[in-house]
Amino acid sequence: MVERKSIGNVIPHVILWIGIAIVAFPVYLAFIGSTHDAATIANGQMPPTPGPYFFENYYRTIFVGTSMTTREPIGTMIINSFVMAIGIAVGKISISIISAYAIVYFRFPFRMWFFWVIFVTLMLPVEVRIYPTYKVAADLNLLDTYAGLILPLIASATATLLFRQFFMTVPDELVEASRIDGAGPIRFFWDTLLPLSRTNIAALFVIMFIYGWTQYLWPLLITTRDDMQTLIIGIKKMIVTSDALTEWQVVMCTVMLAMLPPVFVVIAMQRLFVRGLIESEK
Amino acid sequence: MAEVRLDAVRKVYAGNVEAVKGVTFDVPDGHFCVLVGPSGCGKSTLLRMIAGLETVTAGIITIGGQVVNEIEPSERDIAMVFQNYALYPHMNVYNNLAYGLRNRRTPKDEIDQRVREAARILEIEQLLQRRPRELSGGQRQRVAMGRAIVRKPKAFLFDEPLSNLDAKLRVSMRVEIKKLQRSLGTTSIYVTHDQLEAMTLADMLVVMNAGNVEQIGLPLEVYEKPASAFVASFIGAPPMNLMKVDAAQAAAMIEGAAIGIPAGGAILGVRPEDLALSLDGSQPNGGFKLDLTVAAVERVGPETFVYGNVLDGADIIVRLPGQDAPATGARVTAVARREKLHRFTADGSRRLDG
Ligand SMILES: Nc1ncnc2c1ncn2[C@@H]1O[C@H](COP(=O)(O)OP(=O)(O)O)[C@@H](O)[C@H]1O
Ligand SMILES: [Mg+2]
Repeated sequence: MVERKSIGNVIPHVILWIGIAIVAFPVYLAFIGSTHDAATIANGQMPPTPGPYFFENYYRTIFVGTSMTTREPIGTMIINSFVMAIGIAVGKISISIISAYAIVYFRFPFRMWFFWVIFVTLMLPVEVRIYPTYKVAADLNLLDTYAGLILPLIASATATLLFRQFFMTVPDELVEASRIDGAGPIRFFWDTLLPLSRTNIAALFVIMFIYGWTQYLWPLLITTRDDMQTLIIGIKKMIVTSDALTEWQVVMCTVMLAMLPPVFVVIAMQRLFVRGLIESEK
Repeated sequence: MAEVRLDAVRKVYAGNVEAVKGVTFDVPDGHFCVLVGPSGCGKSTLLRMIAGLETVTAGIITIGGQVVNEIEPSERDIAMVFQNYALYPHMNVYNNLAYGLRNRRTPKDEIDQRVREAARILEIEQLLQRRPRELSGGQRQRVAMGRAIVRKPKAFLFDEPLSNLDAKLRVSMRVEIKKLQRSLGTTSIYVTHDQLEAMTLADMLVVMNAGNVEQIGLPLEVYEKPASAFVASFIGAPPMNLMKVDAAQAAAMIEGAAIGIPAGGAILGVRPEDLALSLDGSQPNGGFKLDLTVAAVERVGPETFVYGNVLDGADIIVRLPGQDAPATGARVTAVARREKLHRFTADGSRRLDG
């Protein structure tokens, strides 16, 4: 490859490197910001190299919290965000795979009607139905609970449609062979369909985890107590607009930490994708 | 071990498609029954009703004396081999074979013993740890067979199990399936559209057409006395020559005593292999003769097919042993002994005898 460095090869590389730089620069800036003290950042002369406060800043961010406000340290927020993101990802996948299974493999009255109802909810993300959803959650005493954070977000038309599409490519003979082999609907689901869906599940998990992790509007509404808030809300609340006391080094630490779990999920699941792609039968 | 009985079995699909129109026959215990017919004639539908994968619209299906119409496939104690094998892609060969036994709560060591025995019979012992995608077509076919025999069912059902294999493998697997069925003695019903497969495998041949059974019999019986013009043209390759004739035309073709042709005419049939070419116009006494112009000659080595045109445009195929054949364009006379002639009613639905 090295010897074939023609101009046609260089240009795409240059473009890619520019793209990487554009994406990476703010991340780098955030990282630098998380290693300086408040004064260095506040005077607007932040050096482009890491400062000496790395451990101190991260320790404070996770265990102590910002000093000038009554805000919690982000330890609890990380846990809340995790519970919410994993709850949403697992919940969405479970609900949608079961719905898709019902729609593809069972003949019941109003089957297509249900399918279209699910389809239509594509047009009803939580932002659109926020008032009624809030009302329902409040009536069910779900404010400031994990259930309230998770349940209203887990119905997923996208995932249902994706699984439906996948199930329709599974040969009918597999179901028939299972029936002859004495596997009922539940066994077929567990023993055959679920293992075959592994790659799809992994892909959806990544997407849904990030969706859950980055939720802003819903957790903002449904949580009032500081110990229930999520990391993304926490970042917003640390940035004080009324006076100049925003502790940017702590904000930057939080931003860095908030980025890590999605990155890990992508890396972990990517390996499963690749393995799934190589191993899958069809 | 069981006999399979079908009594006036019908299947009407949604949209009023009548795929099987009242089929009655018995497959005696241990017999190898082959359902043969052109594609779309309802063979698979019939087989799937026996398996329990398709509901029965009307009629009764009995396996081993038990009416199974309302019984789940897994309770019917049958095993099926599918055209595309339908192996579980995520399980290795061992688990593919063991899955049905596990679902029946067979003890673990019995499963192991039966899986290994089936693997030994089919010579796939060294493949037990592989996944289906790591196997060749022929090996997958064996695994699919293994999945059937490991269960020791009352009946094997095969739906065109060899049609995904290449020609050579198809012949060798055909022989193996026959041997295996013989040694296990399990009642088998085998669906195919390939008449050669049907002829070679069957103890009992069921020829189907458009949802109906046209004929049931031993393969050679069906070959020698086809019950309808359809069977005559379907069984045997190349197919029987069929000519629509009235009494006068028949008399012109056949020497000696007149052959019985009903008032409305009849279909006269003669197999390509029963025809010979007489270059000098001489012919077997009292036999059939037909003047042809040779249109094409196909030499395949051991035999040669001569395609001839009759004056009124009908095509006749003559099958000659060896490689000697007249040149294209030659005028020849095809002859046959009169007992080799077949007669059918003018609509082809029935054989005329006597
Ligand atoms: N699920 C189905 N719904 C409606 N019609 C069907 C269905 N399956 C098969 N058929 C029709 O029934 C007829 C027989 O089909 P099939 O039994 O598969 O034929 P074969 O196996 O002999 O080729 C065909 O005309 C086919 O179109
Ligand atoms: Mg078929």
